[in-house]
Amino acid sequence: MKDKIKPVIEVTNIKKSFGDLHTIKDVSLILEKNQFVSIVGPSGCGKSTLFDIISGLEKPDIGKVLIEGEIYNGKTGRVSYMHQKDLLLPWNTIINNVSIPLMLKGLKKRESQIKARKYFPLFGLEGFENHFPAQLSGGMRQRAALLRTYLFANDIMLLDEPFGSLDAINKRKMQLWLLGILKDLKSSILFITHDIDEAIFLSDKIYLLSERPAVVKTSFNVDIGRPRSNRTFTSVEFNKIKRKILTLL
Amino acid sequence: MKKIKKISNIILPVFFIVILIAIWESVSGSGLVQPFILPAPTLILYSLIMNFKAIGGNTLITLFETAAGFLISVIISIIAALVMDSIAIVKKILNPLLIATQTIPIIILAPLFIIWFGYGYLPKIIIVILICFFPITVSLLQGFATVDKELLNLLKSMGANRTQIYKIVKFPSAMPGFFSGIKIAATYSIMGATIGEWVGGKNGLGVYMIRAKQSFSTDKVFAAIIVITVLSIFFLKIIELIEKKYMPWIQISKEEYYEE
Ligand SMILES: Nc1ncnc2c1ncn2[C@@H]1O[C@H](COP(=O)(O)OP(=O)(O)OP(=O)(O)O)[C@@H](O)[C@H]1O
Ligand SMILES: [Mg+2]
Repeated sequence: MKDKIKPVIEVTNIKKSFGDLHTIKDVSLILEKNQFVSIVGPSGCGKSTLFDIISGLEKPDIGKVLIEGEIYNGKTGRVSYMHQKDLLLPWNTIINNVSIPLMLKGLKKRESQIKARKYFPLFGLEGFENHFPAQLSGGMRQRAALLRTYLFANDIMLLDEPFGSLDAINKRKMQLWLLGILKDLKSSILFITHDIDEAIFLSDKIYLLSERPAVVKTSFNVDIGRPRSNRTFTSVEFNKIKRKILTLL
Repeated sequence: MKKIKKISNIILPVFFIVILIAIWESVSGSGLVQPFILPAPTLILYSLIMNFKAIGGNTLITLFETAAGFLISVIISIIAALVMDSIAIVKKILNPLLIATQTIPIIILAPLFIIWFGYGYLPKIIIVILICFFPITVSLLQGFATVDKELLNLLKSMGANRTQIYKIVKFPSAMPGFFSGIKIAATYSIMGATIGEWVGGKNGLGVYMIRAKQSFSTDKVFAAIIVITVLSIFFLKIIELIEKKYMPWIQISKEEYYEE
């Protein structure tokens, strides 16, 4: 083990109940550096709870959360976490919203805005700095939330169904966009989704979770070369993996 | 569509009030009712103009008491709501007391305040504080308590401390409720000061009204009532302006929606 690079996130044998509700029975997973790993599972099986635990908002009943080899049970502030909802503050403009994490880290308002502004073109938000969230489309709001997540910590990100609320066309656009920017961003990402196509298209590895109480049903690598494009969706490898997942579900 | 709605919102009430005043004027003017019982609107207006100086002077006093009481009450309310929201046990202890202050009839407290604090401004200001304190504190508390839990979690996951959470999330999200509390308080505040003066004082609109009443100058009482009403509405409008200025996101209409 010593000479190997430690995984960015390693979760071992997590168990979590809320009172009588056994949410997570036994989940272990590993995210390697610069990997994109998806977690797929039925609604209500405890995916968001798992992210709450990894981010430190909730403590597991049993099990360990290791981030770069260190224990992080119940400790917040290391990884960035994008929730299922965009959670933009309606009273703040987009630029103010996305620079919140920078200000929380101690940067002055002006400095944080200057830093955040640089990313607006990449995140497709240029020209909307001074708009309020209510004035933006769903896709733009998700990108703003993603930018805020990125500005908090860009090395390790937890993304909880970031495109779940979008229609099929916008979703596809966002997936292509995310894939495009990830080439430059050098992030390790854990990604929750319901959408099998989305998981295959984006990931290096997929974990399939069972119904609640959740266990890892299976995990496998997605050996589809990069760069991927719209054509990936109709490729032979893609459909082979998809068939495999569908038989397992 | 919008325009028609706006017009009917303004024109209908105005039309209704004008009719009421016209009926009132014709009843009082016909001699059926004595002027000292119900003076005609024109007589009230005349009286307001003739006694402008006296009414104006007393109005300033009442306004001062109102403004002082209102501002102090806003400050106390913010502090009280902050403490009650951040320390659960304090909220449990103070909540019944908060409601109790609201159940005591002001009209009975007012003479007691005169005994305790004299005939000066202080008892009036205290009454205004008592009247304003409850709606402001309760609305702010409610606002703090109903903040989206997920927003709080998000801020926590980004390592925000308590002060930052209040500043970034809790206060802004409590603002709409806070303003509705403030508007209720503002509407009653001038009336509160007047009640304080009414039961005993040297000057102010309440004192002016009681003196006018004792000399059967009902027209002057009504003139003072008009001033109180107009000032209360004016006060409310000022607060609405501040509200609009500080909460621009409330105004954002869906018409300004951008598609990609
Ligand atoms: N703080 C909590 N207290 C009590 N129960 C909770 C809490 N958080 C989550 N739960 C419950 O745990 C279960 C799993 O919730 P979770 O949000 O993790 O599911 P999910 O897999 O993310 O579902 P979805 O795909 O619909 O988002 C649900 O039944 C939920 O009601
Ligand atoms: Mg979820």
